[in-house]
Amino acid sequence: MSLVATSAEQTPAVGPPLGLLAELTHRCPLQCPYCSNPLVLERAGAELPTEVWLDVLEQAAALGVLQLHLSGGEPTLRRDLEEIVALAAKVGLYASLITAGVLLTRERLERLAALGLDHVQVSIQDADPGNADRLARYAGSHARKLEVAHWVRTLKLPLTINAPVHRQNLSNLPAIIELAVNLGAQRLEVAHVQYYGWALKNRQALMPTRRQVLDSVELVERARERLRGVLVIDFVVPDYYARRPKPCMGGWGRGSINITPSGKALPCHAAETIPGLVFDNVRDKRLADIWLHSDAFQRFRGTDWMPQPCRSCEWRAVDWGGCRCQALAFGGDAGLTDPACAKSALHAAFTQIAEEEASEPARELVFRNPRAGRDAEVGRR
Amino acid sequence: MSGEARRTVVAPASVPALARHVKMRHDNVRNRWLVLAPERVFTPDAVAVAVLQLCDGKRSVEAIAVALEQTYNAPKERILLDILPMLQDLADRGVVTA
Repeated sequence: MSLVATSAEQTPAVGPPLGLLAELTHRCPLQCPYCSNPLVLERAGAELPTEVWLDVLEQAAALGVLQLHLSGGEPTLRRDLEEIVALAAKVGLYASLITAGVLLTRERLERLAALGLDHVQVSIQDADPGNADRLARYAGSHARKLEVAHWVRTLKLPLTINAPVHRQNLSNLPAIIELAVNLGAQRLEVAHVQYYGWALKNRQALMPTRRQVLDSVELVERARERLRGVLVIDFVVPDYYARRPKPCMGGWGRGSINITPSGKALPCHAAETIPGLVFDNVRDKRLADIWLHSDAFQRFRGTDWMPQPCRSCEWRAVDWGGCRCQALAFGGDAGLTDPACAKSALHAAFTQIAEEEASEPARELVFRNPRAGRDAEVGRR
Repeated sequence: MSGEARRTVVAPASVPALARHVKMRHDNVRNRWLVLAPERVFTPDAVAVAVLQLCDGKRSVEAIAVALEQTYNAPKERILLDILPMLQDLADRGVVTA
């Protein structure tokens, strides 16, 4: 048995998508400075109504989507979460709730479990409550999260703890792992912050040194060995110090669809940063049509779009060219070789920036909220 | 560490079952069996499907091997050699309990 991950040498015909990330809302009580949402957050008034989400999820199941990630922002802010979970269960989508937890009540979680919710992922900002609350900019958030994690286990739902790590909490990684074990989590995601959107804005203040990254790799390896059969640890390493790029999203348009609160279908979180891509909306088009034919999904799908050295690289159908948004953010062109790749002409500069930024004292964080996002956009123009 | 959670060691006398949160179903879009778990989709081969369908929380691993003797035209000892490591791996990944 293996994970679904084919590595066909030729660009295959487009298969069905495996996962759908439903960003139900961009509203969130937390203000984490590495949020994966875009700087310009969508307003509550633009959010899809219940009936559109229900229709989209039904279409998704028919299209072959297996995993549904109910995310945001904070998905529990949607009053129709119950209806959405019930529909997901009815059409056979494996439904995960990706939550900060702070707004959940035990009653609501019980209701969601009874309606067929399959799995809950609770994010934590650190194992140290004070630092966690500082990073989330929400007093008491950490304690609330621990309580929610406890309810998840009491209700016999599987629990994942998601811990984004960076230079301002990485020294607590051992405590984070122990916390996940003590909470009864089956799975822990230790995710080095990926530098897009808010994290890119705060890159200097978050970037760990190469030494810190290597230490974290070793620490996770040892923990995996020690906790085999107790805790599965999924580990996302940052690519600034890598030699080969990550297969971002498992390849552009190969396995995942991301739907924004207002209904735009994206190949990844950050795709909207790429100028010139046209994103179809699930209000206007069928999901199957979008998946198979939309400009945004077709543009970087497979290997035909690749420049050299990617086009003739032996890894082209393994990493699928890495990350387009990073090529854009760093090189100014989404069609370039990912600068995380050692074969990129920009790789040396890319690594050097990380090393320089990590060696300087951390600047003040810009916390994620609508006003900071608008200011950032104005600043960019 | 609290010491509550322990690794499950799968033996011939163990009684395996799919973990509560794990779903095995036939996917009509891909026309194959799939095992769904948190953030994971497993694609079991024919042998794994046959074994998992017998993981009902009542049969022991040994009884599963006996049940498969005819299908695979092999003695249970031989089948155990294959399915014990398979079930241990699945237990380590949280797919089966035993």
